[in-house]
Amino acid sequence: MTDFLASLGYESWILHALVWGPLAGMVHVLAAPKERAKHVAFRWSALLFVLSSGLWWAYDPVGGGFDFVSSASWIPAWGVEYALGLDGISLFMVVLTTFTTPIAILGSFEYVTRRRKAFYALMLLLETGVVGVFLATDLLLFFVFFELTLVPMYFIVGIWGGRRRIYAAVKFFLYTAVGSLLMLLAILYMYFAGSADSFSYDAFLAADLNLREELWLFAAFALAFGIKVPVFPLHTWLPDAHVEAPTPGSVILAAVLLKMGTYGFLRFLLPFFPQAVQHPVVVTVMLVLGVVGIVYAAWVAAVQPDAKKLVAYTSVAHMGFVVVGVFALTVNGLQGGLVVMISHGVSTGALFLLLGMMYERRHTRLVEDFGGIARSAPFFATAFVITALASIGLPGTSGFVGEFLALLGAFETRPAAAVAATTGVVFAAYYMLPMVQRLLFNPSDEPANRRFPDLSRRETVIMAPLVALMIWIGVHPTPFLDRMGPSVDRVLERVEAVSIEATAPVDESVGESVGDFAVVLAPEPEPEPEPLAAEPVVELAETPALLPDVEGD
Amino acid sequence: MLVEHALLLSALLFVIGSLGVVVRRNAIIVFLCIELQLNAVNLAFTAISRHVGIEGQVFVFFVMTVAAAEAAVGLAVIISIFRHYGTVGVDKFNLLKW
Amino acid sequence: MFLVESTLRSALAPSSALASALPAAAPQEAAHWEPFLPGLVVLLPLLGFVANGFLALRAARRSSAAVRAGKEWSPIAGSVRPRTHTLPTWIGPGVMAAAFGLAAINFATAWGAHLAEPVIAGPYWTWIATETLRIDAALQLDALSLAMTMVVTGVGFLIHVFSVGYMKDDPGYPRYFAYLNLFVFFMLVLVLGSGYGTMFVGWEGVGLCSYLLIGYWFSDVKKSDAGKKAFIVNRIGDFGFLLAIFLIFQGFGTLDFMPVSAGAAGEFAYGGTMVTAITLLLLLGAVGKSAQVPLHVWLPDAMAGPTPVSALIHAATMVTAGVYMVVRSSALYALAPTSQAVVAGIGVLTAFVAATIAFKQNDIKKVLAYSTVSQLGFMFLAAGVGAYTAAVFHLVTHAFFKALLFLGAGAVIHAMHHAVEHGDEPPAGHGHMDPQDMRNMGGLRKHMPVTWAVMGVATLAIAGIWPFAGFFSKDEIIWYAGAWAGAESNPFGGLYVAYWVLALVTALLTAFYMARLMVMTFHGANRTGPAASHLHEAPRVMIVPLVVLAVLSVLGGWLNVPEALHQTALGLFGAVPAEGLHHWLAPVVHAAEEIQAGAIGEASKSAPIGGGELAWALVSTLAAAAVVIATFRVLGRRSYATAAADPGPQTALGRFLHGKWYFDEAYERTVVQPVLAASRWCWKVVDTRVIDGFVNFTGSFTRVAGWVASVFQTGQVNMYAFVLALGVLLVLGAAVLLP
Repeated sequence: MTDFLASLGYESWILHALVWGPLAGMVHVLAAPKERAKHVAFRWSALLFVLSSGLWWAYDPVGGGFDFVSSASWIPAWGVEYALGLDGISLFMVVLTTFTTPIAILGSFEYVTRRRKAFYALMLLLETGVVGVFLATDLLLFFVFFELTLVPMYFIVGIWGGRRRIYAAVKFFLYTAVGSLLMLLAILYMYFAGSADSFSYDAFLAADLNLREELWLFAAFALAFGIKVPVFPLHTWLPDAHVEAPTPGSVILAAVLLKMGTYGFLRFLLPFFPQAVQHPVVVTVMLVLGVVGIVYAAWVAAVQPDAKKLVAYTSVAHMGFVVVGVFALTVNGLQGGLVVMISHGVSTGALFLLLGMMYERRHTRLVEDFGGIARSAPFFATAFVITALASIGLPGTSGFVGEFLALLGAFETRPAAAVAATTGVVFAAYYMLPMVQRLLFNPSDEPANRRFPDLSRRETVIMAPLVALMIWIGVHPTPFLDRMGPSVDRVLERVEAVSIEATAPVDESVGESVGDFAVVLAPEPEPEPEPLAAEPVVELAETPALLPDVEGD
Repeated sequence: MLVEHALLLSALLFVIGSLGVVVRRNAIIVFLCIELQLNAVNLAFTAISRHVGIEGQVFVFFVMTVAAAEAAVGLAVIISIFRHYGTVGVDKFNLLKW
Repeated sequence: MFLVESTLRSALAPSSALASALPAAAPQEAAHWEPFLPGLVVLLPLLGFVANGFLALRAARRSSAAVRAGKEWSPIAGSVRPRTHTLPTWIGPGVMAAAFGLAAINFATAWGAHLAEPVIAGPYWTWIATETLRIDAALQLDALSLAMTMVVTGVGFLIHVFSVGYMKDDPGYPRYFAYLNLFVFFMLVLVLGSGYGTMFVGWEGVGLCSYLLIGYWFSDVKKSDAGKKAFIVNRIGDFGFLLAIFLIFQGFGTLDFMPVSAGAAGEFAYGGTMVTAITLLLLLGAVGKSAQVPLHVWLPDAMAGPTPVSALIHAATMVTAGVYMVVRSSALYALAPTSQAVVAGIGVLTAFVAATIAFKQNDIKKVLAYSTVSQLGFMFLAAGVGAYTAAVFHLVTHAFFKALLFLGAGAVIHAMHHAVEHGDEPPAGHGHMDPQDMRNMGGLRKHMPVTWAVMGVATLAIAGIWPFAGFFSKDEIIWYAGAWAGAESNPFGGLYVAYWVLALVTALLTAFYMARLMVMTFHGANRTGPAASHLHEAPRVMIVPLVVLAVLSVLGGWLNVPEALHQTALGLFGAVPAEGLHHWLAPVVHAAEEIQAGAIGEASKSAPIGGGELAWALVSTLAAAAVVIATFRVLGRRSYATAAADPGPQTALGRFLHGKWYFDEAYERTVVQPVLAASRWCWKVVDTRVIDGFVNFTGSFTRVAGWVASVFQTGQVNMYAFVLALGVLLVLGAAVLLP
């Protein structure tokens, strides 16, 4: 397979094809007649998935750095480049995107009846934006794509949404815009602070920041990504957006858009601000927010009368696991977080699709309107139960691998947070099982539920790959873990290495100054400098907060 | 001396034009007042170009061109408004307010 | 000469139980043992699940399509053995028979080879691997896992066969067998998995199947509620298990059993905090899965499932997983005396509480459910006093006689159900008669003689009467509890004496409530009413498994005749080898026993109030027999009111026991409602008012500010022009006038 791909010159064009292919598809959709729009869009997105699946073989995980790197000058005056690259982290995000988009498009065939051309054009535009976010290795390019995703999603929610769609769309837009503007400021600050006159990822990595700067920049980035994730208490846009969005919008939102936030954690926050990330206060705050998100969202989910809103809140809980895993700063935690991201994309996406199918049949989303569907729609119920189990992390499904690794990793460094987060497995059952019961089981009092149609062939085609993926990742996640491992290690090495670097020069300078001191005070008794030399080093290692002051001296 | 007089006249015309724009209701009159303002400026340009150079007079041609275009578009707008609403009183319209 | 002898012995071994009693020659042969397709044992039930699942979906789709078309479609209607039933009937029990055969081959060869060291089959693939963690999909075959496999596949096979008859009239027949096969698959993963990671897969997997099977008749709200409750309560236990896994990983860097049990003594200090924490958290998992106090509340509700399910999952196999886990982790428990005391305490407390509740239950399955909880408590007691063999022993015999009891109850319910259905008129006054309520039974012995006989055997076995299985296993547990209490340097000696007393009392309570069950069901006058004429014995497909299990319930106890009874009349004067199971399990619990012997010292040779093992065995069996006879005498004469006419318990104690110590009510009030209230508060107040309130306030503030500004936007061009001119004048004026 690898040879075959190499013979196609795959490495040189694939990333560009993935970024611009959806745009070409969008043009095609706009040019095609109205009735054909959905088929055109589906074919384009399916083609892109087929193309992207080659990455699975073509990507070489050894080393974990960016692969398929290519760049061209974009705005030379500011040193902005059109630079793309792919590593073990973005690989899965990109493939997840190209995988979910055709499924979401297929899932919208019946749902979207108005302005179809515009809808499918926006879906493809969204794909361009999201793929671009995951592939960009230039910060300004990244930012452009990051903002680009807002626009199609805004319209998808605002035009094809439910009753309160305008409120939801505006809320979604404003929430996200607040964060991303601060991030833009942070990016600009880093650009001007750096000497390279470049927005490239490596230049930003090389930026020389002191702790105070790092903390501020961290806050700006974390806010932008935290809103996207969403981290409690920045999550209230999500339930509204999910409930109002049309099914495919919800699917993409859950499966991919939320991942942009956690992807940002892994790609930018950790490597850029290693000192800030290891700052005890920062870690504590993030972990607490993650844990609160897990428990709080689970609780709130459990009492939702609206099934879609319930699932939306479960997203918050799942992403809490990612936050906990990531900020544990261990290999297992980071890998677990990444697997949760993939798994959540698949299982929650599938749940939204299933709820969409229910809505198409019954035109209601209230849990209490359903019941006994397992009898009338056995295939539907089977798919639903498997998906729900994957969502609550039953071993043998994708959800377990991720949550297990994330919690295990968190436990290594932050046992208290891990213990609190592990209660999430109980609360997951607490919100999911009652919903499953009230939707699928219990007597079917309503005649409409007794006649509830089972999965159609199209719907089976939608669900089959999702269910298969849930089980595949659950049973044999090693190929996934192998591919992401080196890149995750790299992130972690960067974090750990920089903290040593940061203390090392200070250590040296302190040592020198103490040396000078010792020379000056040579007549004084010897032991004096020893504790002096030892003391600041120990203290610095413990509380990096003291760093700038020492440097200032 | 001539320049000062010309500038004074220009200022007078401009003020008359401005007041007309602000005070008058009829769109045609407002439109004419705008023309008055433009021409006041033209006068000033021409007068000053005596001392400064030819550029002022060149500008006058630009202004006249733009004024002609504006007259065409503006009158068309006014006519279509009249056709639509049956009046050209500017106080009857607040389409700029959303 | 010795070599020849030992080869000879190993060649003869599979057929000769005698050789196993002499483990001395073990080391040489152990290395040569090759497991025979162990993966297939696990795989077969999974294949059965896939095949049956496919059939189930097909059948369900057809029936739902018919319903949608306005017709009622049932595979049952009009045919004795419907077409949808044919394939599952062969696949379901078929894969079990094959799995049992394979397991038996493995067991026999291992038995012959005097298995000393565990054999790892696989790894078939690496399940989860990161830089630091590696969990293989591998199976560990050793004495314990092979014995458990035998029980699971053997009893499982019998119950599958029984189900063929019991579920005959159920439209969901293929689905039922799919779930049952899936359950066996996960149970085998649980007992055969080579580490805590793989064990956890089986652990949650059986929980899932339990959930699906309890709520098998999901259209009934109560039944699907019961399934949900089982799952959630089990998850509370799984929470502890997960944390224990994390701690084990931190301590050992691996989750495999072998390095953990081999390295436990070196890694942890005796009685250390870490090992105590691990074992207590593991215990939380075990308490959830094995329905021990205080997480026992799900098991009685789990009786909502089909009765064979109760027999397989909620009596014989799944609920004993907790015991299996404690025995599997015996090396860790041996290092944590506090945890041991807690294990034993929870066990004996559960045994006692559940036995008292069983006193006042009228539902035949509820009585058996509480009896199961109680017997599991005995197993925990055994595990807690370091008698791991006794725990496994009781697990095995309990699997036999409790499966038998449940299946017998199933046969009774089956008969009652048919009678009620075919009865000419509904019984007096109240439309529906509960076929599980013992108050509606009585005198069934006449109609179902075989069922009565096998149930009688099981009752004697569970009551602990010689020579039935329960006598040996339960007696051993009680004896060890007493002996352990008297061990030289036991830190909690006094506590264990209390446990011992409570265990003795509970054993007698067991005899009482089981005798009561027999009396109410099979003896006295019949209370079924006119439907009684339709009562009939179960069909042969159900009777055969009952008889097989009855034989096992009689013989099972002879697996492990105590040394003290071996040469006496109670041991048939040495006709059966002593301590067979103990020798068999020795390699597994060896590490733990060594640690215990070192730390606690030799167990006492007499019970806390004197008397040797033989004496106490005699006393307990005689006392149990006396209780049974007395119960039959006293209760047999009493006339019971039917369920419809029964006013319920009259005394406060009676109501308390009938109300199951009000555990459910207490949880409802202290846990369920507060969490629900908190959830609603989080949603209505925090989310809606506080967070969204702030967000919406930002929005409305901007709006108000915009409205204020918009007042100046009249839309009048004149005014704009005026303001513009004014502005220009101001700026110009300022430029001119200001210096």
